[in-house]
Amino acid sequence: MSAQGQPVVAPEKSRRSLELTTRQNAIIAAVVLTVAALAPLALDPGGDVMNNMVLAAAYVVMALGLNIIVGFAGLLDLGYVAFFAIGAYTVGYFGSGYWSNAGGGEGVHVLVGEPASNLPGIHFNFLLILVLAVLATTIAGMLIGLPTLRLRGDYIAIVTLAFGEIIHKLTINGDEVNMLGGQLTAGRQGVTPVDKIDLPLLERFQSLDLRPWYWFALCLVVLVLFVNFRLRDSRLGRAWIALREDEVAASSMGVPLVKTKLLAYGTGAAFGGMSGAFLASYLNTVNADQFAFSFSIFILAMIILGGLGSIWGVVLGAIVLSLINYHFIPNVFNTWPSKIGLEFDLTELSFGIFGFLLVIMMVLRPEGLLPERRRQMELEEGVGTDEAVYESRMP
Amino acid sequence: MSGAVSASQADRSPAAAGDNILEAKNVSKIFGGLTAVSDVTFAIPRRSIVSIIGPNGAGKTTFFNILTGLYKPSLGRVSFDGRDITGGRPDKIMALGVARTFQNIRLFGTMSAIENVMVGQHSRMKAGLFGSILGTPGVRNEEKRVREHAAETLEYVGLRPNTHDQLAINLSYGDQRRVEIARALASDPKLLLLDEPTAGMNPAESDQLTDFMRRLRDERGLSILLIEHDMKVIMGVSEHITVLDHGENIAEGGPDEVRSNPKVIEAYLGKQASQEMNG
Repeated sequence: MSAQGQPVVAPEKSRRSLELTTRQNAIIAAVVLTVAALAPLALDPGGDVMNNMVLAAAYVVMALGLNIIVGFAGLLDLGYVAFFAIGAYTVGYFGSGYWSNAGGGEGVHVLVGEPASNLPGIHFNFLLILVLAVLATTIAGMLIGLPTLRLRGDYIAIVTLAFGEIIHKLTINGDEVNMLGGQLTAGRQGVTPVDKIDLPLLERFQSLDLRPWYWFALCLVVLVLFVNFRLRDSRLGRAWIALREDEVAASSMGVPLVKTKLLAYGTGAAFGGMSGAFLASYLNTVNADQFAFSFSIFILAMIILGGLGSIWGVVLGAIVLSLINYHFIPNVFNTWPSKIGLEFDLTELSFGIFGFLLVIMMVLRPEGLLPERRRQMELEEGVGTDEAVYESRMP
Repeated sequence: MSGAVSASQADRSPAAAGDNILEAKNVSKIFGGLTAVSDVTFAIPRRSIVSIIGPNGAGKTTFFNILTGLYKPSLGRVSFDGRDITGGRPDKIMALGVARTFQNIRLFGTMSAIENVMVGQHSRMKAGLFGSILGTPGVRNEEKRVREHAAETLEYVGLRPNTHDQLAINLSYGDQRRVEIARALASDPKLLLLDEPTAGMNPAESDQLTDFMRRLRDERGLSILLIEHDMKVIMGVSEHITVLDHGENIAEGGPDEVRSNPKVIEAYLGKQASQEMNG
């Protein structure tokens, strides 16, 4: 078992390092984020383009969160919408007039300015709400993780799907559950209006100037990108990938399964909650109809389209799908049916269109738009199966 | 049923010698109606190489899985280095110093060779969630140290430096075996369990591996438990051999003792071979 002979020159491909270096990533991030941060200066501050950019940024945060669970740790989570719901309801509870009896009808106010400080209900500063949303979703993420610990693959998908549906139904029917002088949820009617983001030292965000919203969302994107990169190249990130590849081997090599899985669920959920809280405030409503199963699939489609486990791929996938959903389908493609003499609303078919896109992707480029380097190498160079490796060694 | 057998064997077993790194007492594993391992008592002395042999389906790998915590034994106790590890979690047993390889190589395919070995050091690292996010100096130093240690371990098992960054799945079969051993060694274990390490190797490679096992024992003070089908390797390297058949411990002793034991020849090698050896 000692090194023998002349070192053979490895083929060029295999010399390519597994991941972009930290420096390369930092440069890409700096360029992309600078462009993204400066773009609004050239745009109509209240226009559709700005609106789409805010939504895209919020979805990037969601998708990068789900990417930790599904892409890194390989735990197929079909109930990610639950974290959107919990994050959004944190805003509903702590940043609106929902608890109208709170503080004896006067309202409870923590570090908020006008006009929220004069309204009944509970009104926390948005940064506090964000912290609460992260706490709530982290705990929820770990709770949903618990029953899946003994499960693998498809079974995890089924349990998480059920969890997402439970939360969805709870938000719909919670208006019949009376508690604390109010209802558990606002049902389909929804909580509206919701406090706008009101940060210290800054003016309160307005619905006519979307740029502050966008920049705030961009800050969340920077945060989640940073955490994704740091974790991927850490002890924990390696444990997640090891888990994804082979659970038995991972635990035999000293990776504690329970802790590692729960950390993946918790971290991924936290970003879902963060983005959910932001979206609730931005959309000015917390409504049960937002939390349908299709939302989970929408986010999952983003990471599959971009490239499972690939951070930049997921960013791209989220932007592309969010643009298709909010811009291309309603504004561009929607006129096509009438051109060929058909009368229907294309937005009704949006999930059919996403499904079609995914099928095309799976056929043409199964590894995603910007695949994770390691998966790409596996697919390209793949001697592939054990059998092939085995046979190549046979005399 | 085999109580009498194991009692009589207990006198001959190295357990009597006292200083054992691992002891298994009356271990049984029952799957539904099938008794895969039946009342096996077994010990591994420190700094020794011992083997388990037996025909296919004799319960060797099941026994391995009990020792490493993948299965809980139905009956019996296992202790390692004086501690009871019966039914303990695999990662905790690994952290105590028991590392293993698998019969059918189980590397993390989409990780590079060096990353595989770094995972092997998981239990020796401290970096947590927040430390990793913040990138504290402690975490950075640890990461650097672990990477260097992984590279050294890979070189120790004979992997050329230019293959360290290749995906495990793209390595040659022999190199995959090496990486798997390196991954197990990276945690600086006290006991190494090798499950058919020479499977698929040619005789020259098997000889190299045999030498390597001796080096591990002599240079690093490791104890090694080996499951093997290659009799040349077994007889060449083992200090003590335990023979399992249908989950039962049918014989044990030194290589010569086992080789001449008629029970072993019949159960393991078959009647024909037994006649050939006598003829």
